[in-house]
Parts: sequence; structure tokens; C-alpha cells
Amino acid sequence: MKRNLITAILYTVVTTVLLGVVYPFLMTGLAQLFKDKANGQLMTKNGRVIGSRILAQPFTGAAYFHPRPSAGNYGADNSTPSNLGPTNQKLIDRVETDVASLHAENPGKPVPIDLVTTSGSGLDPHITPAAAEFQTPRIAKARGISEAELRHLVAEHTEGRQFGILGEPRVNVLELNLALDEKYPVLR
Amino acid sequence: MTFNGWFQILLYFAVILLLTKPMGVFMAKVFNRERTWLDGVMRPLERLLYRLTKIDEEREMSWKEYAVSMLLFSAVSMLVLYLLQRAQQWLPLNPQKFSGVAPDLAFNTAASFTTNTNWQFYSGEQVMSYLTQMAGLAYHNFASAAVGMALAVAFIRGIARKEAKAIGNFWVDTTRAILWILVPLSIVSSIVLISQGVIQNNKPYTTVKLVEPQQVPRAGQDGKPVVGPDGKPVMDTVTEQTIANGPIASQEAIKELGTNGGGFLNANSAHPFENPTPFSNFFEMVLIFLIPAGFTYTLGRMTNSQAHGWAVFAAMAILFFAGVTTAYWAEARGNPLLTATDQRASTMQPGGNMEGKEVRFGIANSALFATITTDASCGAVNGFHDSYTPLGGMVPLANIMLGEIVFGGVGAGMYGMLIFVVLSVFIAGLMVGRTPEYLGKKIEAYDVKMAMLYVLIFPLAILVLSGISSLTSSGLAALGNSGPHGLTEILYAFTSGTGNNGSAFGGLGPNRWYNLSMGFTMLVGRFLMIIPMLAIAGNLAQKKSVPPSPGTFPVTTPLFTGLVVGVIIIMGALTFFPALSLGPILEHLLAGAGKTF
Repeated sequence: MKRNLITAILYTVVTTVLLGVVYPFLMTGLAQLFKDKANGQLMTKNGRVIGSRILAQPFTGAAYFHPRPSAGNYGADNSTPSNLGPTNQKLIDRVETDVASLHAENPGKPVPIDLVTTSGSGLDPHITPAAAEFQTPRIAKARGISEAELRHLVAEHTEGRQFGILGEPRVNVLELNLALDEKYPVLR
Repeated sequence: MTFNGWFQILLYFAVILLLTKPMGVFMAKVFNRERTWLDGVMRPLERLLYRLTKIDEEREMSWKEYAVSMLLFSAVSMLVLYLLQRAQQWLPLNPQKFSGVAPDLAFNTAASFTTNTNWQFYSGEQVMSYLTQMAGLAYHNFASAAVGMALAVAFIRGIARKEAKAIGNFWVDTTRAILWILVPLSIVSSIVLISQGVIQNNKPYTTVKLVEPQQVPRAGQDGKPVVGPDGKPVMDTVTEQTIANGPIASQEAIKELGTNGGGFLNANSAHPFENPTPFSNFFEMVLIFLIPAGFTYTLGRMTNSQAHGWAVFAAMAILFFAGVTTAYWAEARGNPLLTATDQRASTMQPGGNMEGKEVRFGIANSALFATITTDASCGAVNGFHDSYTPLGGMVPLANIMLGEIVFGGVGAGMYGMLIFVVLSVFIAGLMVGRTPEYLGKKIEAYDVKMAMLYVLIFPLAILVLSGISSLTSSGLAALGNSGPHGLTEILYAFTSGTGNNGSAFGGLGPNRWYNLSMGFTMLVGRFLMIIPMLAIAGNLAQKKSVPPSPGTFPVTTPLFTGLVVGVIIIMGALTFFPALSLGPILEHLLAGAGKTF
């Protein structure tokens, strides 16, 4: 008992140093092989950091593609889902309100489900191609360009399944919006 | 459901099937202390570790000493984790200047990580310093996983050995699990994850300038919007976003590999920094089942009955497919209450119930992840179970209720499954009126009593504490949803805690009652269940081996596999069906009738 207690104490100390300090620092060192990825794929514009390529940030203007709603207001230091159950009236009300305002901009089209549901992280950087297509008329109008031109740009920014098999097709909203500003600046 | 969705699920299973044998052979060699190709690096490290910690690697232990050593190590390391959280404000690697964690939450978290549960009543990026995450939480991901593996090996030795007093050395088994299996695989896996975009740094949080500044209503003290003198809400302009950092990849690897499941970040594997791409998602899912599936082969090898190992694997595979099929079907159908939306699958979208799920994973990978994480005792999530459809959310709950024996937690899944195997053999023996034998060992009254103790402690803790919580104001105050879904939240919490899973119906918030009661139930679900399990191991080890006779029930046949599956389902259903019918099943029926809460 006493012998095993002494070992338990020593073992906790020694393995904490090995697994809790040496191992993570070793990985942080090796991570420098992928410097950009290890630091969150930050994007810069005019010398300023303007976001992470793989995290959603809010867009609400008519001239931008909008990301999925966020239960945590796009706080990238406070990732959170809604945790609303499927029969929760708050969920139904929220979705119906969002559907109503989306129908106002694009009447008659069915609203893709991902555009009115919050993601697991609250920071989902992607929307489905269906959600991008739904928003196309609004943005084309706001930017004064044809829908066909815009669809072409969206298609360029649509990622297929990884290796043709894994995951789902998707559009990165931040990258698409930056490309929009580059190619079709809003006339002021 | 789509063709591609099913293809991804079957591809996943094929990869696990292919990895089972190499993993199982390697683990058998490691625990039998045979030579492996890693000895050149690890053997000197192992010897040094034994010298520093006063371990005699040649001395074997009785089951009682094995249990005492395991309890002492768990107690000491749990205390250290508690103190680390309480003192983190005075310690280094705390760039966000987080204060010390409150006592009840620190207790809950310490119990949670020591027991391989990883239930989290805190938001990682808002509460825990980098030091606490690395040296406290990620450390326990290694330690609790290694302990689980050691225990499974001890149990297998109990079956395999004849007229022996000892079942191995706890410290040696734990050390070899860490050095030969967990550390090398974690290093490789971390690099794979970083290559996909999981972050790994020790920097303070990054502030970025938004592309489009936002007008947001100002929230007052009570959380409601502040109204100005003109009767309109006061708006603030937000121009920045703060982005969390941290040594995430090193923790992510062992989080999945050790079936721990505790996220560095609040959103766990739904967060793009923990799980950025479909491939990282696939890889994380493979890591979860890698060791547990391998253990079925290790079992066969160490007991000289490879066919028995595969028969156990088959039982697990049947239950896996039952779960994933149900979850995928339910989630792909979508939420019948969201009538104004388009939830049909097409080439443009995966459709289905997308609340709480990520676009890059869609429905198939979210349903698959939820099934895997609860088949094993992992508890990592890539979508939030609370927002799954009633039946889609019932699958993870039911998986934990069955005892997390579908591949299961590292080690814990193996010994949990073997308890059910012992019971199945016993029942088969009753049917033909003979003393049951299992791989040459007679299963007698003592073994069955201990197995029943193991099986009964689990529902007792869950149902009693869920009952108390449903009747007290502090139990009900923390609910995030009402109606039958609220009951499911409570039931899920105690099931996840006692089962040492750690996934959640996350709407249930923390308060002192849940911090303490769940901390308690996690300890009960781990340690009170391990003791009868080790008692069986010790008792089996000292028995003589009897040669098989024509009356021996063979444990290598499809009949055996079917019987085990039957016993697991009957035990689970008899115990939990009444509770499930008041929660998810009732909610499903009411949702179909258009009822909301």
C-alpha cells in the first residue's frame, strides 16, 4: 500500500512532465512545419489581419453572401451551438422569422435548411451550394452584375467532396466575399 | 439518405476492419512484453521511468493489489488536476489571464477527466489556461486511457491464465500502454491533424478586423436590448472578432485515440480549429475505434482463440450498424416541424436536420460520428446531440445505456463486453442445465454475482439520480429545453456521466447540484464498476482449465454472437425502456403530431 502510494505520487509527477509538458511542446515545435495551419490560417488585407480562412465572420449587408446564423454571435473565442431541441418552440419561431425575411428577398424559392439553422460551432465557415444559389439574386442586384457572372464566381469557390468522397460540397463564405470585393467592388 | 452517405459509412467500417488485426497483434506483443520495433526508443525510456518511480517491473500483482494501485494513481492524479485548476491564475501559460476555477466545477472536471468521461461543464476557451489544458486535461486523456487499457489486459489475463495468483503489474501495463501505443500514435496523429488545419500554438488570442463592420443591438445587464430615448434599440458598431488559440492538435489526437472526448474548445469537434476538413473528421473517427477494435483481436490472441475474438467483433459490428442506420435515417428525414424550409437531399445540399451540424460534414458524417462516439466511451461530438431529431438523439443515448460495449472505450469497452460474454455463457449454461464454461474456465456463482454487480450499479446510479433531478428545483432549473426533451436532457447527463462517455445534451447547464452529483456518478461509474470486474479476473485466473466437452457452449459461432447481442439488448431494454419511452420516444410521437414545447 505504502510502496504503491509512493509510486503513485512519483508516477503522477514524472508522467505529467512527459505527457503534459514535453509532448505538447514537441508538437508545437513540429507544428512549425505547417506554420500557416498551426496558427489558424489567418488572412491579411492591406497589412491587417482580417480573419481566419476557416472561421465564419458576420456579414449582413445585401452585397455580401451571408454565413449560417450563429448561436454565439460569431464569437471566435466563444464557440457555441444553440442546443435547442427539435420540438422547442424557440427553434421553430427563430427559423420561421428567418424564413420570412429570406422569402422577402427571394420570393417563391424554398429556403435551404442550412441557411436558417445554427451550426454546431457557431463558426461554420461554409454554406451549401444551395444556400449560395438562394442568395445569388440579391447580391447580383446589389453589385449591379448579372446572376450568370455571379454564379460563375460561386462555382469557382465551390469545394467538392474531399478526394471526391468525403464530406459534402460547400462554399467558403469569407473567401467568396473577399473575391467579390476584389472582382466586383460595390460602386459608391 | 444518399448513396454517397452510405458509401462513406461503409468505407469507414472497412478501414476499421483492416486495422483491427495489425493493431491487435501489436497490442498483444506490447502487453506480453515481447519485442517490437519501437523497443530501441521506448525500452530505455521505460527503464528510466521505472527507476524514477520505484517500480519493480518483474513483480506481478494479485487482483486486489492491482485494484489498489489503480485507485491510488487515480486519486493522486485527480487531486493534482483539481489543484491545477484552482491555482491556474498563479501559474504560467495563461495568456488570457483566466482566474482559478470554482471549487464545485473544478471537482466535476477533475472527476470527469480522471474517469475518462470528459463531461465538460465549462467552455474551454473561456475558462481553462493552456497549462491546465496541457498538463491537466490532456494529461488525463493519456492517463485514463492507459489505465483502461491496463485493466482490460488484466481481465484478459484472468481468462487466459491457469491456476495463477497474479494478473500482471498495474504500473507496467499502464506504462507500456502509454509509451508503445498512445504516445507514438498521438505524435503521428497530431501531425496529420495539423496538416488538415487543426491549430497548435501557445499564442494569446488573435484580434482581427472584420471585413464588414456590424451594427448590433446593445445588450443590458439583464441580457435584453437597451432602448434609447427615441424608442429604438441602441446599436453598437462591432469591428473586431477575437479568435481563440492554443495547443489544440496535441490534445485532439489523444482525445480521440484515448476515447476521452473532452474538447479544447467548447464546440468540440464541430469547431473548425478542432476538426477543419472532412478528412480530419474521418481520421478522428478512425482514431476513436482504432484501439477498441484492435482489442478484440488482442483478446483472441492472448486467449489462443482468434475465432472468439472475431465472434465478439461481429457482435459489436451488428450493434454498430443498427445504431448508425437508425441515426442516419432519422437525421436525413429532417425536422417535420420546420415545414417552410427545404430539407430534401440533392446535389446542392445534404438536406436533413442541420440544426447544430456543420455543412462540411452534412448528415451522414454527423450521424456516423454521434454513433461512434457513444458506441465507444468517447463523447467527442461534431454535431450537437441536443438538436438531433428525437430518434436520432436517442441512438447516442441508447448506445451509452447498452454499456458502451460496441467497440467501446479503450479497454473499458473490452472488459464491459466481456462481462456480457460471461453472462451470456452463464445463460447458455442455464438453458442446457450444465455448469457454464468460458474458454476452459468454469463460470460459478461468485463470477456471476460480481458480473451482476457490475451490470446493476450502472442503471442504479443513472435512474436514481435522474429521478431526484426531475423532482427538485435545482435539477429542473438547469434545463435548456422543456417537455419530454427536458427529461431526455437529464437522463442523458447521468447516463453519459455514469457511462463515462462525456457527450451531452448540452442545453443542460451547470449548477452546483449537477457539478456535484455528476462528479459523484462519474466516479461511481468508473471505480465501483472496475472492482467487481477485477474480482472476476482474479477469480478466473486461479481456476483450473477444463478441456472442452461435447456439452461446452462454443464461443466462436454465429449462435454465440447472436446470443451476446440478444443479452445486451434485453438487459438494456428491460432497464431503460420505460425511461426512454417518456423521453425521446414520446417526443418523437408528439413531434409527428405537430406538438411543440
